[in-house]
Amino acid sequence: MKAKSAAAPYAVWMSIFIIVPMVLVVIFAFTDKNGAFTFKNIAEVGQYSNVFLRSIWLGALATVISLVLGYPLAYIISHIGARRQNMMVMLVMLPMWMNFLLRTYAWMTLLEDNGIINNLLASFGMGKLHLINTQGAVVLGMVYNYIPYMILPLYSVLTKMDSSVVEAAQDLGASQAQVFSKVIFPLSMPGVISGITMVFVPAVSTFIISKMLGGGANLMIGDLIDMQFLGSAYNPNLGSAISLVLMVLILICMGIMNQFDDGESNGGGMMI
Amino acid sequence: MKKTIAAVAAVILLAASSCPSALASEVSEQPVAAKTGVTINVYNWGEYISNGVDGTLDVNKEFTKRTGINVNYTTFDSNESLYSKLANGGANYDIIIPSDYMISKLIEEGMVEKLDFKNIPNFQYIDKQFRNQQYDKANAYSVPYTWGVVGIFYNKKYVKEPVDSWKILWDKKYAGKILMFDNPRDSFGIAQKILGYSYNSTNVEEWENAAKLLKEQKPLVQAYVMDQIFDKMSSGDAWLAPYYAGDAATLVADNPNIGFAIPTKEGTNFFVDAICIPTGAQHKKEAEAYINFLCDPEIAAANMDYIGYSTPETAAKKLLPEETVNNPIFYPEESILKKSETYVNLPDDTNMLLDTLWAEVKMGGPGQTATLVAVLLGFLLLYIVIVVYKKIKAKRELQ
Amino acid sequence: MKTLSKIYTFLVFLFLYAPIFVLIVFSFNNSTTMSRSVWSGFSFKWYAQLIQDGMLLNALRNTLIIAVVAAIVSTVLGTAAAIGINGMNKWMKRMVMNVTNLPMVNPDIVTGVSLMLLFVFVAKSMGNISLGMFSLILAHITFCLPYVILSVMPKLRQMDSHLYEAAQDLGCSPVLAFFKVVLPEILPGVVTGMIMAFTLSIDDFVISYFTSGTTQTLPIFIYSMTRKRISPEINALSTLLFGTIMVLLIIVNFRQSKDKKAEENLMEEA
Repeated sequence: MKAKSAAAPYAVWMSIFIIVPMVLVVIFAFTDKNGAFTFKNIAEVGQYSNVFLRSIWLGALATVISLVLGYPLAYIISHIGARRQNMMVMLVMLPMWMNFLLRTYAWMTLLEDNGIINNLLASFGMGKLHLINTQGAVVLGMVYNYIPYMILPLYSVLTKMDSSVVEAAQDLGASQAQVFSKVIFPLSMPGVISGITMVFVPAVSTFIISKMLGGGANLMIGDLIDMQFLGSAYNPNLGSAISLVLMVLILICMGIMNQFDDGESNGGGMMI
Repeated sequence: MKKTIAAVAAVILLAASSCPSALASEVSEQPVAAKTGVTINVYNWGEYISNGVDGTLDVNKEFTKRTGINVNYTTFDSNESLYSKLANGGANYDIIIPSDYMISKLIEEGMVEKLDFKNIPNFQYIDKQFRNQQYDKANAYSVPYTWGVVGIFYNKKYVKEPVDSWKILWDKKYAGKILMFDNPRDSFGIAQKILGYSYNSTNVEEWENAAKLLKEQKPLVQAYVMDQIFDKMSSGDAWLAPYYAGDAATLVADNPNIGFAIPTKEGTNFFVDAICIPTGAQHKKEAEAYINFLCDPEIAAANMDYIGYSTPETAAKKLLPEETVNNPIFYPEESILKKSETYVNLPDDTNMLLDTLWAEVKMGGPGQTATLVAVLLGFLLLYIVIVVYKKIKAKRELQ
Repeated sequence: MKTLSKIYTFLVFLFLYAPIFVLIVFSFNNSTTMSRSVWSGFSFKWYAQLIQDGMLLNALRNTLIIAVVAAIVSTVLGTAAAIGINGMNKWMKRMVMNVTNLPMVNPDIVTGVSLMLLFVFVAKSMGNISLGMFSLILAHITFCLPYVILSVMPKLRQMDSHLYEAAQDLGCSPVLAFFKVVLPEILPGVVTGMIMAFTLSIDDFVISYFTSGTTQTLPIFIYSMTRKRISPEINALSTLLFGTIMVLLIIVNFRQSKDKKAEENLMEEA
């Protein structure tokens, strides 16, 4: 489609509101308080390596779980009668319209040692589980808050998927599993990649979830960056440096992931 | 049809949100002033002013009524958020209400203006002991708004011993039931008091010792929290939590199981939130009128009644109910106040040290640059391998 | 298989809505300490307080206006952008997509502070106007755009590109071809993009905080209560919001099925 010019207004927007702030971030990362050029900030990022690793690990875990849990639901919704699809999509997104803090607090109420889940278990005679203030709770929080952003793009590619291809595969004798892995899943790859992008990135840089559900003892990258801007010393330089390193790491991860998107795949993702 | 419904719903929601709020006041009737067309921007903590809900006085509305000046009232969640926004010129406020140490920082950086006390005659009501505090020695930039102390809330059912020392928060008996502040100065402050240091020390070794103490405590701590302490204490999930007296006094009022004590052995933090005018405020005179208004004993009393913190005005205290004024949580004895210390702003490098140490405490030890570099390179390598592999595969398929 | 999918759907929705139900239940909690975990009886008092709280309602109004405007503008701009990007050559496409993803990769606070610095600079050079609703809307559009683009792109790729050419061959002008052929194909992507944009905007705290000047939005208001207590007034507000939307959904769904039934009846008679 020769509609390149349709992107013109966006190009203008992009250069002002994305590139300029990005340049600011880079400038901050490489200068110190007085504006002098320095590598000190980047070097200091190194001492937070275990925070980086933990964040990426938990983020990846949350993304995979979202994908595994979300894909079947997206598939089911896309095959329901057309008139109910929109309603289901809205229902999936609706919980996200309740304030983020409130939802997280509600999870605390559910997961606390004296919380609702444990009280339910106790009334059935089962032992109490220690759910709150664990890494598991943090992953749960991440999955909860980002799974709709996985389900929606998946749904939008699965719906109106060319069913004749699926039928052809079945006619040729493929089992259910093969139809899925060889036909449906690869065809839905663009949606999978979009979904992963929209879940992994915020999950890695989330901060409130780890504070409330993780008990504040599992520091994540988001917390760390937050602390640089809102800590005792206002240190945008270190904060920008940490973000820059985080960004590079994420871009590489997404680049790896994009390699699995074969074919005319040069659209919906990032990196080279 | 769909569109009509959506439009109607939108209109309802918008209309509801534009409804004027009900006003109820028990203050003396004053003449209504003509509108001046000026609007001042006030920036205060959340839920820190009586807002007319539930029959309480709507302070801002009353101010507009008496002076004709409109108030655009917005709120912030922490001193540091306030600072981040102000430092970058993000907004033009006429009135801000930060805490002590932040005020000293703002004064040092020239971010607040000197007040013209001729426009604030009600300043006479502020008790002498609250003037000329450490953070504003000449009392030229701020007027106290509220004050309070930090103490320990404890569950009487499980904590039977007297709570008179901060060391109880390190007691292994209560492992997993202890909460700590999720902000660096307050948590470090507790450790500093145990070690006998000043809150405002600039000695690097002292800060590192405090950090060590906090790291020792970490395995016993259930969580580092701020306002979640209310829920965790009232549901019995946690048994010990330090917090600001005024905030949590309601906890004690409604829960006979929960008690409050100020550690008398080491002393505690005495904090003041005060009103200032940022540099470059566009309506200084009107802002000073607002400060004057807040210092009016009737208004101050109505505010404190709603907020729950303590007032620095004796005249206002007289207008508050007996049980509040005699409650040692809100108005502790003189001897305790004498032993307490306020925070002032720390020099820049101490602040950075504090941040680094706090991150270390929460992380559980510093990491290694080498690990991070290794991970980065590892990922990069993986990426390159996959790209190369695909290129080779593509070549092979062409052949 | 059908029962399995029904059970699965039920379980996932249970997971999604469990905290919402907790939230709703506690909005009726009759407690003075604003507790969110200890139940003390049923009461409507938080709803009564909600109506009286002028500041909260004001913040709500700002948030709704911003969300609607940001969602609409970012959807239009983003869809146009996606179409344009899809028509680019490989290298330009990659470059543009990488830049598009930058706001998503950056943690909110970094985006918030850098946007604030940009806005302050512009505001100063334009004669010291202050940040407010306008800067908020600009900021919101900026972070919504990548999500819209990422939603629409997969649908564009899925679509058969020859359809557009075919339509033009049959005599449609490019614009008409777009509206009659392309748009219906990518509509699910556009709609999901708009819903996501609205959702993101309604709940954004960090970026809004820094770019709002002296304006208050709902998430900022709620977040600023975290030193003292988040009043169950907010629970009441969320419940009302939730309730309104549910009612709308049910009405729309009911209407749609009535329309479908009418259509089916007509078809039968024909």
